[in-house]
Amino acid sequence: MTTNSHALHSNDHGHDDHGGAAHGSLKSYLIGFGLSVILTAIPFWLVMTGTIADKAVTALIVLVLAAVQIVVHMIYFLHMNTRSENGWTMMAMIFTVVMVVIALTGSLWVMHHLNINMMPMHDMSQMP
Amino acid sequence: MSVATNRISVQGSEPVFHVIDEHDHPEGASTMLGFWIYLMSDCLIFAMLFATYGVLGGNYAAGPAPKDLFDLKLVALNTTMLLLSSITYGFAMLTMEKSKIGQTQLWLAITGLFGLAFLGIELTEFAHMIHEGATPQRSAFLSSFFTLVGTHGLHVTFGLVWLVTLMVQTARFGLTTANRRRLMCLSMFWHFLDVVWIGVFTFVYLLGMLR
Repeated sequence: MTTNSHALHSNDHGHDDHGGAAHGSLKSYLIGFGLSVILTAIPFWLVMTGTIADKAVTALIVLVLAAVQIVVHMIYFLHMNTRSENGWTMMAMIFTVVMVVIALTGSLWVMHHLNINMMPMHDMSQMP
Repeated sequence: MSVATNRISVQGSEPVFHVIDEHDHPEGASTMLGFWIYLMSDCLIFAMLFATYGVLGGNYAAGPAPKDLFDLKLVALNTTMLLLSSITYGFAMLTMEKSKIGQTQLWLAITGLFGLAFLGIELTEFAHMIHEGATPQRSAFLSSFFTLVGTHGLHVTFGLVWLVTLMVQTARFGLTTANRRRLMCLSMFWHFLDVVWIGVFTFVYLLGMLR
């Protein structure tokens, strides 16, 4: 951050000490890998064996685990943090997440209601 | 106009239109942020395809449903391939930081093989489905399925092309600053594809089997 750290990082490539892209370590990669193996194995095991009889509960658990795994990948593999690029990567990501949530929930919500309201009018199986 | 030209000619010096004490940015300093923003825009493409699948995914048109088509063992194998390729790319980045060119190339090659295995398994699955008549034209569900999963597969394909290109570049010119930067961009791209795949196997395959 200062001229002092410039001098210390004599072999530094690029602009890293000014909050550039973050790097991972062997430990962080292994933690991330271990967590994602667990977070992948549990949902597959739940769905393949059908351990939980209630499908809605299984679906909810699977979705929550996927969300957690995405966060794990973001932190340990993509090295997301609030410091890299002076916080601009985080800002870009938050913006994208907002857009994605609006697009996904909006589409699913509107089209779901459209389906419900159209169903009695157009039963396709009765069409010629 | 005449006044302005007069003034310049009187001063006898070229007009200067840029900030004189502009501080210098090293080449490629903004590449990582720019690439990240590209990935975010790519994320929006996938969000649209997920939304399309979410809307059309239940319209089978009396055709095959996810339960008739998907083989979760194959998907689990595929997921394993992509996850392993993610960690091996991580190892490539770690060895790159230590400037060990041979090991970096080795890990990149292993990553490429896992990526290739992923693509091979996915294409086998597609071929199997199409052989059974579950083509993209069969129903809205299959159209949106092939679009979403196919777009991800295309991304992996281009990632592999990029990987091979960078391996050739690294072999020719070594781990130069430019090559390191390119490898870091591909690292982000590759891990990003793994994140998208989490969405695919959750929304399409696991929830499809539960439907």
